[in-house]
Amino acid sequence: MPGHLYILVSLALFFIGTTGVLMRRNALFVLMSVELQLAAGSLALLAFSRGLGDQHGHVVAFFVMALAAAEAAIGLAIVVSVFRLRKKIDLSSIDELRN
Amino acid sequence: MFSHLRMIPLLPLLGAAYLILFGRRHSRSVIHTIATVAVFASCVISLDAFFFGLPSLVRQGGITDLVYPWFSGGGVSVDLAFRMDPLSGLLCLVVTFIGTLIHIYSAGYMAHDKDYARFFAYLNLFCGAMLMLVLGDSLPVVFIGWEGVGLASYLLIGFWYQEVANASAGKKAFITNRIGDFGFLIGMFLLFRATGSLSIPEILDAAKTGTALSAPLWLGQPVAFWAGLFLFVGAAGKSAQIPLYVWLPDAMAGPTPVSALIHAATMVTAGVYLVARMSSVYLLAPAALAIVAIVGALTAVFAAAIGFAQNDFKKVLAYSTVSQLGFMFVGVGTANFAAGIFHLFTHAFFKAGLFLCAGSVMHAMGGSGDITKMGGLANRLPWTTRVFQICWLAIAGVPIFSGFFSKDAILGGAFATEAYGHSLAWVGPLVGGLLLLAAFGTAFYMSRLYFLVFSGPCRADAHTQEHIHESPVSMVFPLVVLAVGAALAGLAGVPPAIRELWGQHGESTLAVWLEPSVGAPLQVAHSAEWRAMGVSTLVALLGIGLAYVFFGGGYREPAHAFVRKLPRFVVLVRDKFRIDELYAKILLRPFRIACDIIFQVVDRILIDKILIGSWTFVADMAGRALRFAQAGDVQRYLAAFAIGAAALVWVAARPASPDEVRVVVGGRTVKVDLVDSDVGKDTLRYAFDFDGDGTADREGTAPSAVWTYGAPDRYTVSITIEDPRWHTRRVLKRTLDIR
Repeated sequence: MPGHLYILVSLALFFIGTTGVLMRRNALFVLMSVELQLAAGSLALLAFSRGLGDQHGHVVAFFVMALAAAEAAIGLAIVVSVFRLRKKIDLSSIDELRN
Repeated sequence: MFSHLRMIPLLPLLGAAYLILFGRRHSRSVIHTIATVAVFASCVISLDAFFFGLPSLVRQGGITDLVYPWFSGGGVSVDLAFRMDPLSGLLCLVVTFIGTLIHIYSAGYMAHDKDYARFFAYLNLFCGAMLMLVLGDSLPVVFIGWEGVGLASYLLIGFWYQEVANASAGKKAFITNRIGDFGFLIGMFLLFRATGSLSIPEILDAAKTGTALSAPLWLGQPVAFWAGLFLFVGAAGKSAQIPLYVWLPDAMAGPTPVSALIHAATMVTAGVYLVARMSSVYLLAPAALAIVAIVGALTAVFAAAIGFAQNDFKKVLAYSTVSQLGFMFVGVGTANFAAGIFHLFTHAFFKAGLFLCAGSVMHAMGGSGDITKMGGLANRLPWTTRVFQICWLAIAGVPIFSGFFSKDAILGGAFATEAYGHSLAWVGPLVGGLLLLAAFGTAFYMSRLYFLVFSGPCRADAHTQEHIHESPVSMVFPLVVLAVGAALAGLAGVPPAIRELWGQHGESTLAVWLEPSVGAPLQVAHSAEWRAMGVSTLVALLGIGLAYVFFGGGYREPAHAFVRKLPRFVVLVRDKFRIDELYAKILLRPFRIACDIIFQVVDRILIDKILIGSWTFVADMAGRALRFAQAGDVQRYLAAFAIGAAALVWVAARPASPDEVRVVVGGRTVKVDLVDSDVGKDTLRYAFDFDGDGTADREGTAPSAVWTYGAPDRYTVSITIEDPRWHTRRVLKRTLDIR
């Protein structure tokens, strides 16, 4: 499979993830979309790494996986506390950033 | 002390400022003490200046006090300066003296009003502005005072502004006065254009010596005529003459002390003062003088006629004031300036007295001024009655009382004047005749007022009758002082014909005193003087007699018979000849329609819709945009962040392009230079294809290349710029003609 196809898949994944982050109202789906974006980033790193014959990309991809796990843990914790506080996790109803 | 003329207007103005700012903190006694002391101090300073400072300085033009040069430039220089000469000194005394009395009276009259401080602040403001008007050394300073008294008048007419009628009476006064003020300004500008000065002494000197003011201006009339005419428009507005008199009767909506001070004794006489002040200018223009005299005489007769049928105490007095002001204008309009000022002087006493009596009576009658519901008050209000009798006899022109002398000075002068020259000689006898008619009217309506209010049985209801009482001392004291003035003020102007009886020669004291200001008094033959006095006494007694026949001891049978015989005429007079309605029809309605059109077109469409609307639209859209950005929705912020990040990537990765491609052709040699300010340009690669064969002829990091063609032809040069970091490229093409 030629290298640029990996990049195209990565790009498609990233756009799907971004769309999900921006459009979904449910915080859980947003978190899942973020995971998708991170996966897209990892895929791009791996593709470039292989295409350029440089192993640094592989290493960074592991970092990204660790980061994604941590992000999911913190993100889910926040979502759970928001749910406890407000009995819903609809992002459009959370507008405390105003003012 | 007399060098500090500025203190005279300043003290009341300071009092006004203090009372406006801090009056609410003080008790009533403190408030009226501050206000009264401020005016009384002015009065003392005026007296001092008048009797001790002025006599020695009369020949030098009076006392002057330069406060500071106000403005100068472009040939104009105006000082904020005050001057007291015999004329302004006399006025100054009248204003401060009567002003003090009215302040004292007001302390009693307004005792129960909740806006005590505001009232006294306005009264002080009025006194300060009036003194500025009187003492001003240049027309602009006079004009400040002129506008200041207008403002104070407006504020005090509408003092009880909770009632719409009072507020609109104030507006009517103010707007009518604005018409006059416009005339004042035009007159001032004309005088300035002709003489190059706004200082009153300089203008008067120019009138006496130079020819600047006798030069023809429009319609073959001299500058002096037009300036005089326009100044008289201002005077007619302030002094309620035809056709601008309509505001004064409505001005009675204000508290009675205000009516006495502003709308009888002082402010309304400012117009007469102005004409007398500018006497030298008027003397150059007999036609302007004639207009002043004729308007004055017509006003005197017309207002007296309206006074016949009014049933409100203060309305009768208001029309009487309009009428008496007409007398004064005839005085100054017949070049008999001293007589006009003399009548102003005596009128200030008796009319202020009459108004204060009105206040006292209304105080006793529970605030009502309806004379059809009065009668028989002579026993109940002894002091008020005495005072009213004296003032009544004074205004009616009964011998010995002050009004007799001043009215005769005007009447005698009207028949004897020679100010008009040959072609206008008929004006003097005409206005004299009209004045006799007006004098008869004056005697009649004043006597009617007296009989209906003070004689016969009381027509008020039982409840009101129980409460009739004499006013407190603070109100009676000014009344008595004014009554003394009304009785004796005439002694200042006893005519030469009478002075001769006890061996004194020459003109009256007042005329001699005023000579430096208004010129030599009018010479009236002693026989003519006696004739005028005889006729006017007769006329006065006739008027009083007729009033007694009609109204002695209440409404009598002849009065009823008259109403039965001419019912529509009586109603017409009672409705003031429906002049207000006429003005409403021919002036106000077209004006309102025009205003409405302008409002719809200019305000509604141009200003509201286009000028304001477009900006509110912009602001509204900007607000919407900002509101969208500030919604607190984290996804929206994220979207903005994503767009921003994408934009940054695009800017960093966008295809390179030079600012300018310079192509220099020299023979067959071509030099191409790419000028670029981009910082990162040294990382770019450039490829130049000069002959159009698709392969690069020159290549590398240098943004320029030179090529020499072999044969003349039309070539297409393509330049490829490549960014190796992003693998983006851009191709530019240029066509060259090589010869």
